[in-house]
Amino acid sequence: MPGSLVTSDFIVDIDYERCRKCKRCLLNCGFDVFDFKDRVIPDSSKCVACHRCVVFCPEEAITVVENPLSFREHSSWGVDKRKAIWKQAQSPGMILTGMGTDLPWLNVFDHLLIDACQVTNPSIDPLREPMELRTYLGRKPDKLEVSPSNGGFKLETPVGNNIKLDVPIMFSGMSYGSVSLNVHKALAIAAERLGTIMNTGEGGLHEELYPYADRIIVQCASGRFGVHADYLNKGVAVEIKIGQGAKPGIGGHLPGEKIGREVSSTRMIPVGTDALSPAPHHDIYSIEDLKQLIYALKEATGYKPVSVKIATVHNVAAIASGIARAGADIIYLDGFRGGSGASPAIIRDHVGIPVEIALAVVDQQLRKEGIRNWVSIIAAGGIRSAADVVKAIALGADAVSVGTAALIAMGCRLCQKCYTGNCSWGIATQKPELTGRLDPDWAAERLVNLITSWEHEVKEVLGALGVNAVESLRGNRERLRTLGLDEMTTEILDVKPAGR
Amino acid sequence: MTRGRQPAVLEGWLTLAFGDQYEKWRVDTSKVPAACGLSGVMSRDGKPIGGDVIIESMRVIHDRGNGLGGGFAGYGIYPEHANHYAMHIMFEDSSGRELCEQLLESNLEIEAAEEIPTKPSPQIVDPPELRRYFAVPRREKLAAEGIEPDDFMVKLVMTINTTVPGTFVFSSGKNMGVFKAVGFAEDVGEFYRLPDYSGYTWIGHGRFPTNTPGWWGGAHPFNILDWAVVHNGEISSYGINKRYLEMYGYECTLLTDTEVMAYLFDLLVRKHRLPLEIACRVLAAPFWKDIDIEDDPQSKELDEALRMTYGSVLVNGPFAVIVGFSRGMVGLNDRIKLRPLMAAYKDDFLYISSEESAIRQICPKPDKVWAPNAGQPVIGELKGDV
Repeated sequence: MPGSLVTSDFIVDIDYERCRKCKRCLLNCGFDVFDFKDRVIPDSSKCVACHRCVVFCPEEAITVVENPLSFREHSSWGVDKRKAIWKQAQSPGMILTGMGTDLPWLNVFDHLLIDACQVTNPSIDPLREPMELRTYLGRKPDKLEVSPSNGGFKLETPVGNNIKLDVPIMFSGMSYGSVSLNVHKALAIAAERLGTIMNTGEGGLHEELYPYADRIIVQCASGRFGVHADYLNKGVAVEIKIGQGAKPGIGGHLPGEKIGREVSSTRMIPVGTDALSPAPHHDIYSIEDLKQLIYALKEATGYKPVSVKIATVHNVAAIASGIARAGADIIYLDGFRGGSGASPAIIRDHVGIPVEIALAVVDQQLRKEGIRNWVSIIAAGGIRSAADVVKAIALGADAVSVGTAALIAMGCRLCQKCYTGNCSWGIATQKPELTGRLDPDWAAERLVNLITSWEHEVKEVLGALGVNAVESLRGNRERLRTLGLDEMTTEILDVKPAGR
Repeated sequence: MTRGRQPAVLEGWLTLAFGDQYEKWRVDTSKVPAACGLSGVMSRDGKPIGGDVIIESMRVIHDRGNGLGGGFAGYGIYPEHANHYAMHIMFEDSSGRELCEQLLESNLEIEAAEEIPTKPSPQIVDPPELRRYFAVPRREKLAAEGIEPDDFMVKLVMTINTTVPGTFVFSSGKNMGVFKAVGFAEDVGEFYRLPDYSGYTWIGHGRFPTNTPGWWGGAHPFNILDWAVVHNGEISSYGINKRYLEMYGYECTLLTDTEVMAYLFDLLVRKHRLPLEIACRVLAAPFWKDIDIEDDPQSKELDEALRMTYGSVLVNGPFAVIVGFSRGMVGLNDRIKLRPLMAAYKDDFLYISSEESAIRQICPKPDKVWAPNAGQPVIGELKGDV
């Protein structure tokens, strides 16, 4: 019997006329596709279409194409369904995958249109006029008191600690362990240059990054990896990670192979042991437990802002309200399209709701309760472009956070094999021969370019909208219209349909 | 039809009062852009100024309006009823009047009720029934609600305006009144017989709506309690200003964005007790680049806190406004001055207008005339002993 019934996803084709047998493809492929017997012999069954060989072949001799093998078409039994069954019939484990869901769910962002000024109100040219994106994350007072002083006025209401962002686009938590140290370095360097923030993810913070403390949010997740008093104070805020958009309700599993010496000391676990994050925090079984942890972290850090990250699930509005009332300063909403280094496909593809809808209902709920000032809202999980940034802010986000987009900027091709640890681009791997491929300065430069480019685009839209500060876009759903959404979704978003 | 959402408190009240009917009467809250001409005059000594003065000023800037809305507010015009809320109400529907008067009767002690005197003119067509009521909230109602008279009146006005068919309260302050209609400002002033009144502050408005429902309530000034706002501009941040106000129980019910100005002033100055000057610094906030280089740490700290806390109150987009209140008036431009605004002094008189000509028409030789800077308020207040 054959070892596997699963046919190759891709076909690797070598143009032997062009190939000069330099063997760069053998060196570059993290998935061991290539062999050399007088000439390069590809094993297409291993190819994940990460394009590392294609990009690095000096002769452009390699082509990767989707396997054109025909299956008898069946509208219910798609090829993906059949392949999943063959895999599961071969081995009784759950199907693992990486990054965000690739199923064609309705994308609400793609059904929202932005307004612009014509005649009755002038648009503003962002190249000639100031255009302000500065954003502060954290609790704000409901109102301020001032008193007369020295012919002017003096502030009587202290505003608590807030995080200042020069641009309301942050980098999402991706743990050291799931990604390489060079990725963390690139994110930290870029965050510093952009005046924004990176997030450690749940794997602790390598000491080499301590100098970037002002640009880092440190995470405290259910595994408590690398959490100690120094760590908590090596950031501008602490984030309690309750859930992740790609895998709401479940924990995490970083295999022992990824736990080398550096990861081991950063995470404070033995070399080679699996790093298992429990599904819940074992000290949080209710909202009042969360409150205790929030205040414990505030006490430990001199009252820095505390963020609570949740996956957007069905009852997200009520949950967010509870989190605000439990004392959080920031609520991080991770939509169901959010990325992951490793997630069971069933969870990634079928659990949670889109961040666009979650954002709309959370913002509305907090306003209804009159507590919107208490927290800042970060929207993440599926922010792909500056257009998504604008739409998320207009729906009510204070800032957005990007993970997948940042990785793509560094070379990621979205092959979705992060969980294998074989990342040819040196991103989602700990193998020294692979991690060395990613130059942190080169990657940081690309991140700075990407976010700066988005910043220009956001400013261009603000100018077209005739406003010169991002707070005039924030929650301003009047400047959005829906196109092609059903009536109920439109109503839930609290956005008018185009034409109204 | 997109329906406005009521704040929770008001929602309960409305449903209690009107049941199913309430759902039917809710209004479309889409906004209508408009541009306009404005003028204001006040005496800081509290000297009486005839209504004809403001009419003359507005006559010069006739072309800034298009005849689809004009209006005025005068302060100090009802000295004989100074301690009563003067409610000016328009009725386009007789059943509305009946329902409204029941509401007034059950909630207020009415000292006087009468028609608002008018002089019919061919320029002003199809006027609704216009009446005014001088009244104070009933004590037992205040006790039952446990709120201040001002808050009670805000709630009552919003209830009537959002629920009673064809009925609109367009003025609700003490010793002041708003007069407005569809028509050119000067014709509206004559229609309401403004030369018969005198007050210490007057503001006027000629409207040029770019999409008109041709509705009397849509003319300026917009009013709540003592606040009256005349506005030239379009509020590009309307959506978030409105949602911020909704958190505090204000319901934006009218077909224009100007009312948010009135409510924002009411919220910031009356409820949050911010000085007028600071309220203006929130509405037309200074740029971060200017805050960052402020020398005075006290002022810098305050400006940072104001922008962080009141970001949703920043009124963005082109505007020039004149806001009347019981102690005076304030003129304010948006933070990059995208609409015209001029000011002048003569003795104890302050003049603010869209155009210098409208000022010189009623004050040919002012002591000082200037164009206020972007975001810098011009504040005129009655002298301390007046």
